[in-house]
Amino acid sequence: MMQERTLNALVLAGLIAIPLFAYVTDEPFTITLATRTVILAMAAVGLNIALGLGGLVSLGHAVFFGLGGYAMGLLAYHAQTYTPLMEVPFLIEGTKSMPVIWLVAVIVSAFAALIIGYLSLRTSGGYFIMITLAFGQMFFFFAISWSAYGGEDGLSIYVRNGFPGLNTLDPIQFYAICLTLLAIVLWFASRLACSPFGLALNAARQSPDRVRAMGLDPFRLRLVAFVVSGAITGLAGALFADLNRFVSPAMFSWQMSGEIMILIILGGTGRLYGPVLGAIVFVTLEHTLGDISDYWLIFLGLLLLAVVLFAKGGLIGALSSRRTAHG
Amino acid sequence: MTGLLTLENVTASYGPVQALFGVSLEVGEGEVVALMGRNGMGKSTCVKTICGLLPSAGTIRFSGQDLGRLPSHKIARLGIGLVPEGRRCFADLTVAENLTAAARPGSWTFERVGSLFPRLKERRHQKARTLSGGEQQMLAIGRALMTNPTLLILDEATEGLAPVVRLEIWAAVAHLRQAGALSILVIDKSLKELARVADRAVILERGTSVWSGRFDALDEQVTQTYLGV
Repeated sequence: MMQERTLNALVLAGLIAIPLFAYVTDEPFTITLATRTVILAMAAVGLNIALGLGGLVSLGHAVFFGLGGYAMGLLAYHAQTYTPLMEVPFLIEGTKSMPVIWLVAVIVSAFAALIIGYLSLRTSGGYFIMITLAFGQMFFFFAISWSAYGGEDGLSIYVRNGFPGLNTLDPIQFYAICLTLLAIVLWFASRLACSPFGLALNAARQSPDRVRAMGLDPFRLRLVAFVVSGAITGLAGALFADLNRFVSPAMFSWQMSGEIMILIILGGTGRLYGPVLGAIVFVTLEHTLGDISDYWLIFLGLLLLAVVLFAKGGLIGALSSRRTAHG
Repeated sequence: MTGLLTLENVTASYGPVQALFGVSLEVGEGEVVALMGRNGMGKSTCVKTICGLLPSAGTIRFSGQDLGRLPSHKIARLGIGLVPEGRRCFADLTVAENLTAAARPGSWTFERVGSLFPRLKERRHQKARTLSGGEQQMLAIGRALMTNPTLLILDEATEGLAPVVRLEIWAAVAHLRQAGALSILVIDKSLKELARVADRAVILERGTSVWSGRFDALDEQVTQTYLGV
């Protein structure tokens, strides 16, 4: 057993060492897999703020992942076709600049999370799960029918967007961008959890009535958490679209929401690095077992079952001295 | 002494079951009022109506403001700190985190709570679930104080605690009383301890306030009739 901090440091060190591993083993595709891991981890870190800290079981986080993806897709598509995104009431043109795309993805996702959260956080338990799922399906079917941007076939972007001073077509440099953003998001999430807001959110998960008696509004706390969570997941969506240079309605699907949630449960709900370890295990299994059998998800299911039954603190809990996140 | 909290003919129900039939009481600024009565007479229900945790009819005014249909968190923000029955700390948070989560600007800080209950200071990094019952009670009081209230409501704060811990809690209440800046509405069964800290008493009988006056005016006949002691 090791301290959770040591385990976290090892996970981060492993991610930093991947380009070196890829170079030594002459396996450049490893970097692409690692980039996918890092991006999915970021989406899950976002959901973990709502789920782990706030106890909000959202089955609609793919909405924000998809919105981030489509924010990238639309802006890049209009930039590559030299057509304006909008002319009335004011002119908005496309862009190939990653920082601008990230900003748009974060704002759009946060705004959507504000609306969805405002409506769905009035419910709880199974109703909350169902209403977030319903929002997800709404966006999914809207994207399918949006023929101007590829509809069901999705939208391809020919060249990866740019970042000042870096060659984003180089897998290592793009990986470095994603890993840096993940590190920033993890730092932010850790600060948030220790802040008075994060503590109050945690307290509201344990007892909303007691939080009200302290003069705090659990609804407002959860709404802010949901918005922050959605914004981070949206950023991950923009990066995911840039990694694949492709966006499609699948990013909005409920399977995507479930996948993000599985990463958290695998790694450890409410654990800072739980989503990261969950993503590492998920992508590794997907790649290795996926080569062996088309039915690799059965093995993932068995692993998930084992984690839920025998390691309630997730893989981080099983490997570290702190068994439960909130214990 | 002006009325900080005033209840006039307050009634309340749990669904179809009426629990309060007309409670009237007043807590002045800097005053300690004991809310007394036998089990099931409506003391905790009365506290819930004050804090907005249970819908009620009648008039409840705090600092001149009608609490009416205000949501409970807004009532708490007006300056009512509740120490609920059964302690109810946030088990998954540490002592320091429990106090930080509740903190609002004012004279009550972690240091001040720590000087009132030195044990909390010693156990600041310990999860609330690992504290003893007495320490959890101290934490519940500390958490309410961290909201910097003008009225502190203690609902059975010493229930189920060891005698030595009860003394510690009562000493803290006496200290708060001496400081004078805080009004306290206290519910407890210990007449002896209440006599040391309370200025006035209100007795509830079957959901109705049946006696109120200075605590030292409580005579044997009243306590025998309404409290059974």
